Amino acid sequence: MEHIQDQTLYQVHLGDLFDGPMDLLVHLVKKNEVDIYDIPIASITQQYMEYLEWMKSVNIDVAGEFLVMAATLTYIKSRMLLPSHDEEGDEEDPRMEIVRPLAEYLQFKYAAEDLMERDRLDWDVFLRKGLNGVEAWPDGYPEGFTQVSLFQLIDAFQEIVKRVSPRYFLDVTPETISVRNRISQIADILEDRGSVTFRELFDTEVTKTDIIVTLLAILEMAKLQLIRIMQHVESGIIRIFRG
Amino acid sequence: MDNLKAIIESLLFVAETPLKLDKIKSVLEVADRKAIRDALSSLAEEYESDNRGFFLTEVAGGFQIRTRPEYGRWIRRLKETRPPRLSRAGMETLAIVAYKQPVLRSDVEFIRGVDSGGTLRTLLERGLIRIMGRRDLPGRPIIYGTTRKFLEIFDLKDLNELPTLKELKDLGETWPNDSR
Repeated sequence: MEHIQDQTLYQVHLGDLFDGPMDLLVHLVKKNEVDIYDIPIASITQQYMEYLEWMKSVNIDVAGEFLVMAATLTYIKSRMLLPSHDEEGDEEDPRMEIVRPLAEYLQFKYAAEDLMERDRLDWDVFLRKGLNGVEAWPDGYPEGFTQVSLFQLIDAFQEIVKRVSPRYFLDVTPETISVRNRISQIADILEDRGSVTFRELFDTEVTKTDIIVTLLAILEMAKLQLIRIMQHVESGIIRIFRG
Repeated sequence: MDNLKAIIESLLFVAETPLKLDKIKSVLEVADRKAIRDALSSLAEEYESDNRGFFLTEVAGGFQIRTRPEYGRWIRRLKETRPPRLSRAGMETLAIVAYKQPVLRSDVEFIRGVDSGGTLRTLLERGLIRIMGRRDLPGRPIIYGTTRKFLEIFDLKDLNELPTLKELKDLGETWPNDSR
């Protein structure tokens, strides 16, 4: 019993050490101070394998991606050993299979570092309102609109439910429409038109389930800040804008 | 308007998000964009030459007053809460979305060689990336792009201000820092 407890206690995910096989490969190439366009494939493959072995021995859970990379490296190594049948010598270096993605991955590592070196808001530079400033809506409120309160939204929703003929409420067939799908549809509408009234989104809905799915989709999108729900100051019409 | 500069300064003082030139124009009902632009650059120069604790910067398509980066450590001491920091994986993923957008999850995973669903979700929740739509492919995969908040946080006027990948590579003749 104690033994099992120990095992779970020390189990580490490889991802905690390296963000995937590419990251481990970058680490090895760097450690060996070799040019990525001229990787000593046999030596790097061996070190890569030793790493996986060591990780297994200290009870680190080796994810599938690491094994795929191990297979790729071994394959390249074996191709390097085979004599070339191409007399003209324009056969591609087998190592390019790993060099190209590695070079691309490195570019983004540089890009990420470059971003971190910028004057980051709420870390290096601050606004008078601090964090709240950034959390606010990106554009401020559209002209003539104010942010809608939860109760106003509930009122509007009840109005819509009332409009639906009661006979549809008897529908008990399992519904297949998913919230995710509805989110996608609403995103498409907003993509085309920029904004849509709250009521319009329910115009095509006939069953209670449809209405609930639409409401859930709107709330989910608001939570993810994909949309802004606003109310016109004068007319009281609730309109949904792209976030 | 002879006090144009002071009026614009007052707007910048209360604005919660970067103030667009067109917004200033419509608020002030001044037709002359150049006058506004001149007032803004004059303000920026004033803050600079007076060695103020803040400066005027152009970010995310607007103008904003921000504290100087060299005083960041004092403000961090004043504030008790710290913004959640992004992991290395998060930054890597964000960089890929920023440069390759509009981009699919599978594109990100192809470059990183590792599952990136969780990382993308975190970036989405933090408002740094957004769903731009869906590709007309099997499964209708989500298309990701960066947000205005991304520009605000990383002090970017627009996406064109990001250095090109080639420029980064030339800078990066040395290896990226290994913060491990």
